Amino acid sequence: MDITDFYDTFFEEAEELLADMERYLLELDVDEPDTEELNAIFRAAHSIKGGAGTFGFDALQKTTHLFENLLDHTRKGELTLRRDIVDTFLETKDMLSDQLDAYRNGDEPDQEAFERICQILQQLALEEIGQDLDEGGAAAPAVKAELEPAATPTSAPEAEPAAGAGQRIVTLLNVGEKDRQLLVEELGQLGKVVSHQGDEQRYEVVLASTDSDDDIEAVMCFIIDAEQFQIRPVDAAQPDVPADSRVSAEEGQRVITLLNVGEKDRQLLVEELGQLGDVVSQQGDEVRYEVVLASSVSNDDIEAVMCFIVDADQLQITTDGGAASPVVNKEKAGAAAVPAEAAPKAEPTPKPAAKAPAKASKPKAKGPETSSIRVSVDKVDQIINLVGELIITQSMLDQTVSDMDAVADSALLNGMSLLQRNARDLQESVMSIRMIPMDFVFSRFPRVVRETAGKLGKEIELVTEGESTELDKSLTERIIDPLTHLVRNSLDHGIEMPEDRVAAGKPRTGRLTLSAQHQGGNILIEVIDDGAGLNRDRLLAKARENGLPVSDSMSDDEVWQLIFAPGFSTAKAVTDVSGRGVGMDVVKRNIQGMGGHVEIMSKAGEGTRIRIVLPLTLAILDGMSIKVGGEMFILPLSAVLESLQPAKEDLYAMAGDDVVLKVRDEYLPVVAVHEALDVPDAKTKLTETIAVIVQGEGRRYALLVDDLVGQQQVVVKNLETNYRKVPGVSAATILGDGSVALILDITGLHRLSRAKKEVRRPERTYQSLEALTDKELETSS
Amino acid sequence: MNQTTEAAMTAAEAHNREFLVFSLGEEEYAVDILKVQEIRGYENVTRIANAPDFIKGVTNLRGVIVPIVDLRIKFHLDKVEYGGQTVVIVVNVEDRVVGIVVDGVSDVMTLSPDQIKPAPEFGVTLSSDFLSGLGSLEDRMLVIVDIDKLLTSDEMELVERVAE
Repeated sequence: MDITDFYDTFFEEAEELLADMERYLLELDVDEPDTEELNAIFRAAHSIKGGAGTFGFDALQKTTHLFENLLDHTRKGELTLRRDIVDTFLETKDMLSDQLDAYRNGDEPDQEAFERICQILQQLALEEIGQDLDEGGAAAPAVKAELEPAATPTSAPEAEPAAGAGQRIVTLLNVGEKDRQLLVEELGQLGKVVSHQGDEQRYEVVLASTDSDDDIEAVMCFIIDAEQFQIRPVDAAQPDVPADSRVSAEEGQRVITLLNVGEKDRQLLVEELGQLGDVVSQQGDEVRYEVVLASSVSNDDIEAVMCFIVDADQLQITTDGGAASPVVNKEKAGAAAVPAEAAPKAEPTPKPAAKAPAKASKPKAKGPETSSIRVSVDKVDQIINLVGELIITQSMLDQTVSDMDAVADSALLNGMSLLQRNARDLQESVMSIRMIPMDFVFSRFPRVVRETAGKLGKEIELVTEGESTELDKSLTERIIDPLTHLVRNSLDHGIEMPEDRVAAGKPRTGRLTLSAQHQGGNILIEVIDDGAGLNRDRLLAKARENGLPVSDSMSDDEVWQLIFAPGFSTAKAVTDVSGRGVGMDVVKRNIQGMGGHVEIMSKAGEGTRIRIVLPLTLAILDGMSIKVGGEMFILPLSAVLESLQPAKEDLYAMAGDDVVLKVRDEYLPVVAVHEALDVPDAKTKLTETIAVIVQGEGRRYALLVDDLVGQQQVVVKNLETNYRKVPGVSAATILGDGSVALILDITGLHRLSRAKKEVRRPERTYQSLEALTDKELETSS
Repeated sequence: MNQTTEAAMTAAEAHNREFLVFSLGEEEYAVDILKVQEIRGYENVTRIANAPDFIKGVTNLRGVIVPIVDLRIKFHLDKVEYGGQTVVIVVNVEDRVVGIVVDGVSDVMTLSPDQIKPAPEFGVTLSSDFLSGLGSLEDRMLVIVDIDKLLTSDEMELVERVAE
């Protein structure tokens, strides 16, 4: 096995870490930075550095190293954050992403950019803390040398958990007043708190307890981070070994203990370790397996490599011959990366084994333990297809057995109902594989909003709601672009300049809300701003200018839809943010391409709400099966509002041969499905048909069908795979009997019926309107 | 000059080729057997509205939606009632799966290059563009259909034109 096999894992992990980093940076309150967030950012940089070092990505390692040091100063309060510093950090994060991409593509990162960012970081360090970060001068070796002392466990003897009967000093670093009280209380439960004193930065609790250090640690970890406390026996000397001697210790032999690692992974790991140095010996069993390694690579790096295969808590690295088992702790290593700074206060006291490395992996493990595998989308799609087949086969069988005798064939019938349930469960779980939370989409918007608002000179607060709402992965990827466009649009055209807002009696800061929620079989994604709202008059004027057919009597909804017309922009000037490139028409087309539609609600002076309605998944649809003539069709259930039998008095003939249906004071265009789709032998008497009221693209229609058959979930099959696009039809599906049914496209159907009437119209122009009206109503009577 | 002689020149095509022979009314046609995915009986199809009459509709082929084309209608032959002999030849052309309805499949024949004669100009109903040639076999004549060209042609309306 080659070390390059781990590249992909590293790249993916690093990408996630960078995404986390960006999120935290954006959330960061410049005036009162949250320690937890700063630590998280620091840890992300540190983890990436470790991996980059292991794989020899020098530029990445050097950049993260400089960055990490700055972050370290920040979290220790030695570097006061400012908005522009956070901007620099964000820029650095971007640079790291670029570098990562370059390495992923097998290129070297842009040297110029690398030098520039290093210089910026250096400069920042010099100006803000008067310290040259890059003491060693040269890139990689210096970084290593600096890293290693910290990574090296000291030779100071450490109290083993067994020796835990005595008194211990628990030192709390940077723990706030409230948490301190809590912790002291907690510790009191474990034993006797002899004394406690100190300040926020360093608080010492002397505890007499028979519990092991491990247990103490476990309790504290619920409240604070591993790097915020140290535990040592009361009489142990403060470890204060000169850095140099620790460097040499690093080059010796180390015992790497693998806990609960299976045979196969063990082999893999030993092979991996062989790449880092010489494996002197190995022995043990699955529960505990010890490998002695002679290597000059830092513990950090060893850990980084192994962590791709096993969890951090399955791993212990100790220097050979050390009396105790001091353990490498990632956090500490990082904290002490600048020895001059770290030595007096935060000199890491090595902690007893077991728990510490587990905490080292904290940036990755969020909340409860979840493990995951990465699978290619193709494979999942294939499974979904197969499950779709299974469901169809199952309903086919279902129909076959439905006529059987309930008593004589009860065993078979019971089996069938079990199969049905299992198949449904399987389908649901398989579908859920593809579902990912909207957070995946929303998480990129703080950055977009921050930058856009910055360019426009506006003050914007971004609120996101419903981040945990899940959506099919293929859709989340496709929704990002349209959504970005809508957000930019809202920021540019919707929300006013701070002064204008104040003048209008609104708060200076505009509010942009992104929300996601489920509604039936759909997901609603909304972009809501509290800006000026759409201007009806201006839209109408602009539409006339563009030669669009408009009238003053148009409903607001129709007027708002005008912004989706190609080439339509009400911006007075092309700005840096919008007015170029794609327009709202592309947004609408993209969303329609995903099987969804866009609705707009707007109120002058109060803001605009743009709602994207999407199906949860493209693969399965809740459908209503309808019958027209002898043919079966499927309507997307999400579009169906209600169905009713049209009464003669509610039908009105209109000019031409149009008919409208009055439903609760609303006149709906009537679309006869049999006419649009040329279905033979369908019911033609209007009052005998059933009108299904459907909604498509914000408009309502009454579809005339012969019969409603029922509701069912259908597997959506693309027609265009082997055939072409069919007007009025969005896709096809396979029914329980194995036959194909077409899924109707409501707006397409309406267009189709209009087009057909258009063609027929010339023959009818000579008929008097009265005659036509009589005729239509005759057929319906 | 024509495709067959050109084809004969290339080494790969110098071998004998196998054709599936099918009948439309009294006439015998043949398609390259390598294009044929399977042969199945005619089953009910779902009609596609506003499609040309020779497109019978779509059917379900183990989960794949496949359009069915009736070549008799396309070639303006006498309409024959569908019966037990009626079969659908499922062909695979350019990553698409299409079924063609024929009156019956008779056999698989091996033709050597010299048994394939260039196709003469036909009338309007069947452009010689869609023919690879005429196979002559004792007293039989096989019309060898270039199924790729035929099914992907504009007039079949099976494939969306890019300009649309």
